Amino acid sequence: MEKFRVLIVDDEDDFVETMVKRLKSKGLEAEGVNRGHAALELLRHKEFDVCVLDVRMPGMDGIETLREMKKRDPSLEVIILTGHGSVESGIQGLQLGAYNYVMKPVPFPELLEQIVQAYERKVIEEERRQHRLVHDAPEL
Amino acid sequence: MSVYHRKLRCKMIVLTLSFSLIPLFVLGATFYYQFSSAYEGMVLESIRNRAQNRVSALELFFEERVAQLTVLVMNHSYKTLSDEEFLNQLFESMQSRSKSYTDLGLIDADGNHVAYVGPFYEKLKHVNYVHEPWFSAVMSSGLFISDVFSGFRKVPHFIIAVRRIEGNRTWILRATVNSDIIDKIVRTGQLGRKGDAFLVNYRNELQTSPRFSGELLSKPRAPDFSSTAGTIVEKVKFEGESYLFAASALANPRWVMVIREDLSEKMAPLFEASYLEGVIGGLGILLVVVGTLFTTRSMTNELIRMEHEKGVADHAMMQAAKMAALGKMAAGVAHEINNPLQIIGDQAGWMKDLLAEEEFRESANYEELTNCLKKIERNLERCRSITHRMLRFGRRMEPALEEVDVHSLIDETITFLENEARFREIHIETQYAEKVPHITTDRAQLQQVFLNIIDNGLDAVGRGGMIRVKTSYNSGIPGEVIIEFTDNGPGIPKDMLSKVFDPFFSTKPANGGTGLGLSISYSIIEKLGGKISVESDGKHGATFTIRLPVK
Repeated sequence: MEKFRVLIVDDEDDFVETMVKRLKSKGLEAEGVNRGHAALELLRHKEFDVCVLDVRMPGMDGIETLREMKKRDPSLEVIILTGHGSVESGIQGLQLGAYNYVMKPVPFPELLEQIVQAYERKVIEEERRQHRLVHDAPEL
Repeated sequence: MSVYHRKLRCKMIVLTLSFSLIPLFVLGATFYYQFSSAYEGMVLESIRNRAQNRVSALELFFEERVAQLTVLVMNHSYKTLSDEEFLNQLFESMQSRSKSYTDLGLIDADGNHVAYVGPFYEKLKHVNYVHEPWFSAVMSSGLFISDVFSGFRKVPHFIIAVRRIEGNRTWILRATVNSDIIDKIVRTGQLGRKGDAFLVNYRNELQTSPRFSGELLSKPRAPDFSSTAGTIVEKVKFEGESYLFAASALANPRWVMVIREDLSEKMAPLFEASYLEGVIGGLGILLVVVGTLFTTRSMTNELIRMEHEKGVADHAMMQAAKMAALGKMAAGVAHEINNPLQIIGDQAGWMKDLLAEEEFRESANYEELTNCLKKIERNLERCRSITHRMLRFGRRMEPALEEVDVHSLIDETITFLENEARFREIHIETQYAEKVPHITTDRAQLQQVFLNIIDNGLDAVGRGGMIRVKTSYNSGIPGEVIIEFTDNGPGIPKDMLSKVFDPFFSTKPANGGTGLGLSISYSIIEKLGGKISVESDGKHGATFTIRLPVK
């Protein structure tokens, strides 16, 4: 599997810890924080490909964090984790540019698959942008 | 009808009856009392008047006789009258006017009959009256009217004697008067079938021959009125019967006129009136009672109907509120549990990942550990499905509306369960009405409901059972499609009927039922604007009925 960078943001430390461990064991580069602010802080000096973001967190909630993330780096793919199955927050996330939303509890393989798919989309988007840049260059 | 309603009805009946009947009775009693006392007064007045009237007539009669004799005595001298020839002429002229005189006699101060005119000349001419009580009475008072007596001739009569003092001679003119004329005057006072009238003297001896009250000169069969002064009217119970007596005294002679009347005869019109009043009153009471019963019955029935309606509405509202509250709670609980479930799952997964590494494969308990993890994961999956269903029950999702053909939806749902049904030898039968319109609703959610209900049915009927799905269309306003799911299982006991839609109510907890299927169905149908209800006699299966608006 291609090595890419995943950020886990969840107020459940145990969840973050295990996810990081398991993702690393799958050969990915993973890091986790338990607050929206901490995530934004981390993103300031480090780049990630995919972010798994919990909606319900103390302090800055997932939706707000997502909005801020997308403002700074639109190419970051975000998977929303919803705990209370509220489709609304999932849909809101999608409207703000999240890749998808996943309902807790989600089996690891499923989540991993989503993460991989998100990364693949990011790669495609990246290529398309590059292509567009190349293609559009003469006109500039 | 409950005990409460029966009591209420009794109270209403008693109150209404007493408020309407008491005034009726008071009115009736007052009316009767007033009328009867007025009528009685009238009757008493009439008999009193009659008695007084008769007394006046009698007194007039006596005054006339006395005046006639007095005139005779004053205008003729002893000498003239002692001539029997002249006395005879005089007697005849008196008789020409009235036949009431029987004889006429002149008596001297010694009691000898000086002259006599009459039919008993031989007998009476030589009688001496000096020892007769009336003789001394007339000699002292100047006038005497005797009581009636039958005398020698056995004919009732009385005498009137008038005295004259002419110079030094005192003499008496004595006339005998037939008393049948008095009888005639008295008799005009008697009225009715049982009325009677008579005269008594101061010794209470009859002076006339009454119809019923005894023989002449005997004691009358009546109370003793002989010492009456003036006029009295009395109601008397005599010889077992009620009579009305009026007694009025004459001045001279000292007789008393008595009129007797039968009270019941006299009061008959009053009895008739009171009988009529009774009949009218009775009819009135009957009307009031019937009216009260009718009104009270319809009022209680209306009350029961309203209470029932209110009960149904209250029940529906309570059910909805319960659902909302439970939905919120279920969602909250599910959410809180999901996080730890996630972590448990991840930890187990991590352990599995670690176990997959070479060094652990050699471990003695490798198999055991993998089994443990598998079981943990399997049960996590169960928990996950429960919390997801709870969330689904609790979430407020706007239904995605589309045109749905109920029949094809049912058919599709049945195909999902066909294998299961075939395996359990359960026959699912459909009975579709013609011309059922498409409805606008959420297809997926409605299917969820059908699935839940048919699935429940499959569990209920057991091997070899039957489930029938029947549709019908009610083209009212608004039109509605009715879908009935009937099974021939054991049914639902009456006390559980109201609970089947409650979350976590399950009849099959041992088989892993969550008790959420029907409550989810309930909230879905409510959200879709329909109604779901259940009926069961507790013995022969159950019927779930869904009513959905066509829109």
